[in-house]
Amino acid sequence: MALAKITEVRGRAVHVPGDDIDTDRIIPARFMKCITFDGLGEYLFFDVRKHADGSPKAHPLNEPQHAGATILVSGANFGCGSSREHAPQAIYRYGFRGVIAESFAEIFFGNCTTLGIPCFSVSRADREALAAALAADPKLEVVMDVAKVEVRYGSKVIKATLRDSAQKGLVAGQWDPIGELLDGAPAVAKVGKSLAYVAG
Amino acid sequence: MAKTLFQKVWEAHAVRQLSNGQTQLFIGTHLIHEVTSPQAFGMLRDLGLKVAYPHRTFATVDHIVPTDQVTEPYADPLAQSMMDELRKNCREFGITFFDRSTGKQGIVHIVGPEQGITQPGTTIACGDSHTSTHGAFGAIGFGIGTTQIRDLLATQTMAMGPLKVRRIQVDGKLLPGVYAKDVILHIIRTLGVNGGTGYAYEYAGEVFDRFTMEERMTVCNMSIEGGARVGYVNPDETTFKYLQGRPYAPKGAAWDEAVARWKSYASDAGATYDDVVKIRGEDIPPTVTWGINPGQGISIDENVPAVETAPAAEKASIAEALEYMKLPAGQPIKGTKIDVAFMGSCTNGRLSDFVEVAKFLKGRKVAPGVKAIAVPGSQGVAVLCQELGLDKVFAEAGFEWRGAGCSMCLAMNPDKLVGDQLCASSSNRNFKGRQGSPTGRTILMSPLMVAAAAVTGRVADAREVFELRKSAAT
Repeated sequence: MALAKITEVRGRAVHVPGDDIDTDRIIPARFMKCITFDGLGEYLFFDVRKHADGSPKAHPLNEPQHAGATILVSGANFGCGSSREHAPQAIYRYGFRGVIAESFAEIFFGNCTTLGIPCFSVSRADREALAAALAADPKLEVVMDVAKVEVRYGSKVIKATLRDSAQKGLVAGQWDPIGELLDGAPAVAKVGKSLAYVAG
Repeated sequence: MAKTLFQKVWEAHAVRQLSNGQTQLFIGTHLIHEVTSPQAFGMLRDLGLKVAYPHRTFATVDHIVPTDQVTEPYADPLAQSMMDELRKNCREFGITFFDRSTGKQGIVHIVGPEQGITQPGTTIACGDSHTSTHGAFGAIGFGIGTTQIRDLLATQTMAMGPLKVRRIQVDGKLLPGVYAKDVILHIIRTLGVNGGTGYAYEYAGEVFDRFTMEERMTVCNMSIEGGARVGYVNPDETTFKYLQGRPYAPKGAAWDEAVARWKSYASDAGATYDDVVKIRGEDIPPTVTWGINPGQGISIDENVPAVETAPAAEKASIAEALEYMKLPAGQPIKGTKIDVAFMGSCTNGRLSDFVEVAKFLKGRKVAPGVKAIAVPGSQGVAVLCQELGLDKVFAEAGFEWRGAGCSMCLAMNPDKLVGDQLCASSSNRNFKGRQGSPTGRTILMSPLMVAAAAVTGRVADAREVFELRKSAAT
């Protein structure tokens, strides 16, 4: 399967402050009553972004100067909780192509990578500096360089971390593993036969 | 070389190394439900693929099922469409479906063990983060996303990197009124909500040796709330005894072979761990949450934290949690008025949970103004409860006795909080809006603490309400 080689994400960024932002907050469970992922973008951060009647609350995503941002910036343990892929799907369908946070929850990180969304971890100080720069100039262009695993904006260069396997997969255009997994069928069958509970 | 169970199971299921350095890992048992699987079947169809090992995938329906309506169509057409879609997918691809008509339906993490599908030394995955529950059997259970469900359907494998292993050893005894739920809430409070990132948790020690399978499941279930994708207990006689005779457990000569094989997967005595944490059972209090993540917990005797006295790094998150929870900073949590009591979920919706609560609920009444619901985790649990007359005990006390499902743990069915109601809940997550109202509030606790809150109308110490200090330690 031919996939895009994701070597960088370039664009404007928006800072959504807070640690431990869970996937229920990213997309409340009631919006998972669906059988496709289409249209999930409009429900991103719904309950913190909108009142019950749909009118907007004060939230960074509702500020006009952040419209069209492609990079989401947040705090520690981003994406914790439920394994729902609806969360990264909503992030992607809203228009984000990369996430920068202090750290990520394990399942969320894997789900993002499989969709081709790089998740960079940066230090708290670097995140706060980036947030301050974005507050001063919302039009600031931010670059997530996946090849070098660094974030650049203005004259700044920030060292980020990205799990090796994710970095390799994104850069090589192999972030969705299905092709390779299918190619392994003969070896898979062999392991299946070796397991008593599978072979039956 | 001495190895951990995690290493042994991983090695037995590793197919090959992928180009990005991850492992193609064989997943012997795939569990699916209605919420996270329909899109995966859609992807499978788009790619023109079939299900590679249909006999190793098992389905049930849990998240969206109404607990007070058996007949279809459901009042909610979206819920009905998800039900229909799962039925269609299982039929088309030849997958066993524990539908409501089978009498085996329930929360996926309760059904797997109950049917004997969950076995030691196996790999299990499900599009649900609480798949860690199955680790109670010495299985490795992974919560996964929908694209990985597609991978499993198509190949019975997924791409994974290995995890480090942290042994969490709880020795000594638990005091009266302290339960498995308190053990895991205490562990998460101690190690943090992201303390387990990159780790599998191996739970061990005297307390776990004595625990029943259901208690082990409660702890393993919430591993993910501590950031650990996987949590497990080494299999022992308790494990084998639980499994023997269950529908999918091996029979006859195959049983003896299976037990010998299962024993071989347990961590070796000399195995090395990436980290070891030791906790004394006697140090674990009845624990309740006060905030908006499961790590924000305190003993029932403690005060809600205050921003002023908090460490600098925690001030912002404590302020956010206090604002949402509307709890008085620096004041006792005990005595806080509740609106709803929820007893159920994949954490605490098993037979022993209802048995324990019923012992103390008999002759008591739910406080006026409190809505209390009891939701068995599966149809199987419901039947066993009825056989023991527990449904009547709960109903006579004023609980609504419901049908099986996830219910108010995540409120994808009609069971929801309204406005900023405060719920004393035996479930696993106290995130903002988790129980169905964007301003609804959750306090996590053990089932008996939920019962204590239900009968007093306030967050209460079950040891006082039910005079537990007199009974013997377990």
